[in-house]
Amino acid sequence: MRTLEPTLAEHPFFRDLAEDYIRLCAGCAKNVVFKPGQYLLREGHKADQFFVLRAGRVQLQMEAPGREPLTIQSFSEGDVIGWSWLVPPYRWAFDAKAVEATRCLALDGACLRKKCEANHDLGYELFKRIAAMMERRLHATRLQILDVYAAPGR
Amino acid sequence: MPRPAADLRPAPLAAEPMLPRAFRVAARRRETHDVFTLELEPADAPGEAFAFEPGQFNMLYVLGAGEVPISISGDPTRPGRLMHTVRAVGGVTRLLEGLKKGDSLGVRGPYGAPWPVLDAEGRDVVVVAGGIGLAPLRPLICQVLARRDRFGRVSIVFGTRSPADILLAKDLERWRSKFDVDVLLTVDHAPPGWRGHVGVVTALLPRAAFDPANARAFVCGPEVMMRFTVQELAHRGLPAASVHVTMERNMKCAIGLCGHCQYGPEFVCKDGPVFRFDRIERIFGVREL
Ligand SMILES: Cc1cc2nc3c(=O)[nH]c(=O)nc-3n(C[C@H](O)[C@H](O)[C@H](O)COP(=O)(O)OP(=O)(O)OC[C@H]3O[C@@H](n4cnc5c(N)ncnc54)[C@H](O)[C@@H]3O)c2cc1C
Ligand code: FES
Repeated sequence: MRTLEPTLAEHPFFRDLAEDYIRLCAGCAKNVVFKPGQYLLREGHKADQFFVLRAGRVQLQMEAPGREPLTIQSFSEGDVIGWSWLVPPYRWAFDAKAVEATRCLALDGACLRKKCEANHDLGYELFKRIAAMMERRLHATRLQILDVYAAPGR
Repeated sequence: MPRPAADLRPAPLAAEPMLPRAFRVAARRRETHDVFTLELEPADAPGEAFAFEPGQFNMLYVLGAGEVPISISGDPTRPGRLMHTVRAVGGVTRLLEGLKKGDSLGVRGPYGAPWPVLDAEGRDVVVVAGGIGLAPLRPLICQVLARRDRFGRVSIVFGTRSPADILLAKDLERWRSKFDVDVLLTVDHAPPGWRGHVGVVTALLPRAAFDPANARAFVCGPEVMMRFTVQELAHRGLPAASVHVTMERNMKCAIGLCGHCQYGPEFVCKDGPVFRFDRIERIFGVREL
């Protein structure tokens, strides 16, 4: 069987991570494919995976009762989805749906947590990367909330 | 001050910089629900081409109502009718929106410092536009694409509010169909059925291909969007001195006389509206001074 290590090592999220850490993470990974219209994750469901996108496009959606779902972010090649597997109670806070045929590596959250507990250096490396990603997403969300293109005075 | 309608007559622009020249609407196009494009020609010389540089603007005078600064959105490499792409936001721009083919208006200009296109030759080019900010960048994009071989990689990154707010859609399609230009488009949010990117324009920047040591970025959009864009470009290693932005301030004379547009030591109308970011970084984000 072809190992997933090279694929993981090439992904921007894992770039320059030490080889033995890549090996540890690859041990929790499997290849998954989603057809257009299929959900990668659903709001409220157990957050047990971390998705590393290789190809395709995924939309993050929010639903409010009585309104059609609103897409607020999309992900494609080079992105990662989800950090809820890291934080109790390990539940997804949104829906993510493939809008194109999408290939990912799905890393098992419980497996990753266990390896991070056993090897704090690996944990620190992963947390640094995830914190940086969260900070950028928070920035993006702030910009989105400002609704900068709205008509003046609206 | 703009002259009353009776005084509106053809006049050489350089000799009488405060006197609007009479133009007529030759064509108008709706871009989105609140954005439209006007093609204008001089009332006394309908075929006459309007020469300008990318990034320059005109003062458009609606008879009896007032004057507004609007960037020129035409293609400087194909001199022809004067083109303006406008978003209707208030008194004067709404009146401009109501103009029909054959109606007249006053024009003075072109004014202002252009995008430094020559300085980008031999380098990668990143154009980042937000909303109506695509209009002032259109002449620059046309010029770069007309001389494509003189530039390195070219990326056009455009963000707007929703799929219904995509202006200059035909141009975007034309640019996207070229094999030597990357067009990245995103909307802040989308209804079901949209399959393109969703998210703020800065989230697309990591996908723009450029060598930070040899690139120039040209950015136009709402000020907050430009601020976040410059931060993201810096994160990619592009120094502030390699980034040009446009500033929008209220204007009256547009020729450096009245001080209305003063921005620290700079007059936006004549020192700008295009500025190298490191030169205005200190005062960027300060409203009227
Ligand atoms: C150099 C320069 C180039 C410009 N190029 C273009 C262009 O190509 N296309 C275009 O549509 N607009 C452009 N603008 C903006 C345009 O000049 C203003 O939208 C216009 O002056 C508004 O006038 P109004 O009478 O319609 O609105 P007003 O009645 O004066 O204002 C209506 C509302 O719009 C807000 N507003 C006014 N001016 C601006 C502004 N500059 N930015 C954000 N909000 C504003 C006001 O605060 C108010 O809430 C440019 C401005 C400058 C300085
Ligand atoms: S608008 Fe009068 S000085 Fe700039």
